[in-house]
Amino acid sequence: MQATNILILILGLGLFAFYLGRGRSLAVAKPLGGIRHIHSLPSYYGAHVALWCALPSLLLLGLWMIFDDLLINSIVLKSLVAGGISTNAVGDGLLLNKVANLAEGVLPRKGEAPAMVAAADLMLRLQVISRWSLTALMLTLSLIGFGWSWSRISSTFRARPRVEKVMEKLLLTCACVAIFTTLGIVLSVLFESIQFFRSVPIDDFVFGLDWSPQTAIREDQVGSSGSFGAVPLFVGTLLISAVAMFVAVPVGLMSAIYLAEYASKTVRSYAKPALEVLAGIPTVVYGFFAALTVAPFLRDLGASFGLSVSSESALAAGGVMGVMIIPFISSLADDVITAVPQSMRDGSLAMGATKSETVRNVIIPAALPGIVGGIMLAVSRAIGETMIVVMAAGMAAKLTANPLDSVTTVTVQIVTLLTGDQEFDSPKTLAAFALGLMLFVVTLMLNIFALQIVKKYREQYD
Amino acid sequence: MTEPANNLQKIRKSLSRRNRSEQRFRWYGRLAIFIGLAAVSVLFTDIVSKGHGAFRITYLQLEVDYDQSAIGVDNLGDPKQLVQGDWQAIPKLALRKQFPDVSGRSDKRKLYGLVSNGAGFDLKDRLIANPLLLGERETVWLLADDDIDTYYKSWLDGEPYAARLSDKQVTWIAELHDQGKIRLQFNSNLFTRGDSREPEQAGIRGAVMGSLFTLLLTLILSFPIGVAAAIYLEEFAPKNGWTDFIEVNINNLAAVPSIIFGLLGLAIFINFFHIPRSVPIVGGLVLTLMTLPTIIITSRAAIKSVPPSIREAALGMGASKYQMVLHHVLPLALPGMLTGAIIGMAQALGESAPLLMIGMVAFIVDIPGGFSDPATVLPVQIFLWADSPERAFIEKTSAAIMILLSFLIIMNTSAVWLRKRLERRW
Repeated sequence: MQATNILILILGLGLFAFYLGRGRSLAVAKPLGGIRHIHSLPSYYGAHVALWCALPSLLLLGLWMIFDDLLINSIVLKSLVAGGISTNAVGDGLLLNKVANLAEGVLPRKGEAPAMVAAADLMLRLQVISRWSLTALMLTLSLIGFGWSWSRISSTFRARPRVEKVMEKLLLTCACVAIFTTLGIVLSVLFESIQFFRSVPIDDFVFGLDWSPQTAIREDQVGSSGSFGAVPLFVGTLLISAVAMFVAVPVGLMSAIYLAEYASKTVRSYAKPALEVLAGIPTVVYGFFAALTVAPFLRDLGASFGLSVSSESALAAGGVMGVMIIPFISSLADDVITAVPQSMRDGSLAMGATKSETVRNVIIPAALPGIVGGIMLAVSRAIGETMIVVMAAGMAAKLTANPLDSVTTVTVQIVTLLTGDQEFDSPKTLAAFALGLMLFVVTLMLNIFALQIVKKYREQYD
Repeated sequence: MTEPANNLQKIRKSLSRRNRSEQRFRWYGRLAIFIGLAAVSVLFTDIVSKGHGAFRITYLQLEVDYDQSAIGVDNLGDPKQLVQGDWQAIPKLALRKQFPDVSGRSDKRKLYGLVSNGAGFDLKDRLIANPLLLGERETVWLLADDDIDTYYKSWLDGEPYAARLSDKQVTWIAELHDQGKIRLQFNSNLFTRGDSREPEQAGIRGAVMGSLFTLLLTLILSFPIGVAAAIYLEEFAPKNGWTDFIEVNINNLAAVPSIIFGLLGLAIFINFFHIPRSVPIVGGLVLTLMTLPTIIITSRAAIKSVPPSIREAALGMGASKYQMVLHHVLPLALPGMLTGAIIGMAQALGESAPLLMIGMVAFIVDIPGGFSDPATVLPVQIFLWADSPERAFIEKTSAAIMILLSFLIIMNTSAVWLRKRLERRW
């Protein structure tokens, strides 16, 4: 890859520049009587030169990588239009893809329209020009930056504050990656969702009761208009999450209480990490366990009682998901329970309450906000959990509240809609982004609310 | 005076009930812990009992004839001949020699079904490595077909599973067993080969290499960025709205479902930046964004635990703020940061949902050799195998899970060890 080579080259130049700058500052310092007589330490002069040498060209590289494809594509498109090829029939993206494949030699050139072949050649030529001009520009920028900062080295030059100012900006940029990520998530799901809502009205999506997201191959085919009513998915997600919570909340909470209030130090030191092993197991392992062990077991068990349990029952997926969430709830609850001040326990015990009465009547009410916050975080995890449900829950959307039946979830549908080779602009793939938007909004609200509660609770006893 | 006495009596009477409820409560707690621990042990025993068999695989001993005319190759240096050669003819001939009285098309096909249909290519590789063997004959152990493997293992365990075998094949296997010509060997294919549609030839090498490249990129990107962000937030950030906003963002990103990061990767990296699908670069970028919050949060905790006196001492000696951070705070906080990085990497290693979105779920036979080769990762390989209908893949999947879990255990214990070993208590 060309970009990697340039990157390595520039970083190497930067390193080289560091040593040159450092050496020069030492040379400046020598006649003055040592480095005490120059403003900054020699390494700061070196760093200053290196930054000027490498940073501008790296910035250029970043910008170039964002914009060169866009530019090349628009020029190629223009040439196609000039060559008499209509872009309306298949869309710009598909056409450009074809040109790119022609250019790379993936598709044979024989039998293509001359304008297409010409466009492919143009694309190749432009790519070469872009690469070489990028290299040349970057090298020039590096050399200019190097020369300029090199010439500024003198005994009075304040290198350290300048370097530190740049460092602070760099650190700030790193801290802002989190913001860019959130922004990226919001923008990516929002734009695709808006496109989706153009073809499917938003109230049909949010309140529709029928989910069958096939798209027509021919216009006149039966069931050609896929229906995108997401209510069955929401119900399925909630059903599985409810089963998971039904398992995880009592077990997690009770084990947290036992570990925090009753268990001896040795029991605690073994049981707590052993429970936390559950949190470290990848979800794909839980999915395998749910699909191949728990689901058949439940089906056979149900059959022996005369119940028909689906082999992709919500019970299996939800139950295993609950096991996964146990350590999550227990460690959060453990934190809040141990944060309840000892004086409250002592007071209750001194009044003659038994330990369990203390727990039930004093500690739990005192820790309730924290526990509720923890449970909400757990719910948001259950809603967003993917692999377990993809492997153990069903594909068909069914509007049911029976945990023995097979249901599907939002995450399962996102995965099924997006894995496989579909054109990116079809409503089917866009629907996945609309579901992603729903998922993001719901989990975000749950998280913000829960974090707020937990934070307030912590402040109360700190 | 009757009132207090009455009350006392009431309390005494209720005491046994209250003590019983206390005992009950205690048992609920024990039960909860037991359920949790039972879940751990059931999970592990289930996986191990399903997967331990995959580390051994069935081989058949056959006397093979490297017959030039049967293969259609007389010059091993000619690549065209190598491609066109009928390599599977070697094991077929050998099987016919082993069971000379088999006749009829369907019987012959069943006979040929005893060995893996990759056995011929194994022999080809062997022949290319030792060209002198051409035209000779030798006795070799050949990989058996996956159905034979499943049957033979279950038969050795005393509960034969012959659903996919014909009676004739069963008798042939019994015959071979009596002659000592069928046996289980260590399954080295599992560790040296890439994915395959044939369970007996499938290995996890490709997925392990894919995971390695993806994680390497994740580590290279997320550790410096995460540490830099943590340093900024702990040491330099002014207390203002912007800093609060960054913090809220980090905390929320830590709780965003991982699949959303997959959508982000698909929309931004693949559709906007046109990075090809299925390559470790995209996987690494997505996982970087996903593990970043973990690394930032643990790094901040590590920086916080460095006592302020160290900072004051450094500043008092005339160090600038950056010198104070780089020369004193960072080295002291590094063990904690490394622990956080290992935990973040363990998380990333087990993650599969976002990688499904960016096409790392493709069927890839070749072992990736770099960051831009199409690849899959270990958990996704597990997902793919778990979806495969062949029964022999259950065993394979469980074995792959065992390998994945052992990687995770190694990473997590090393994190704990590192913390115990290097972390200082002030």
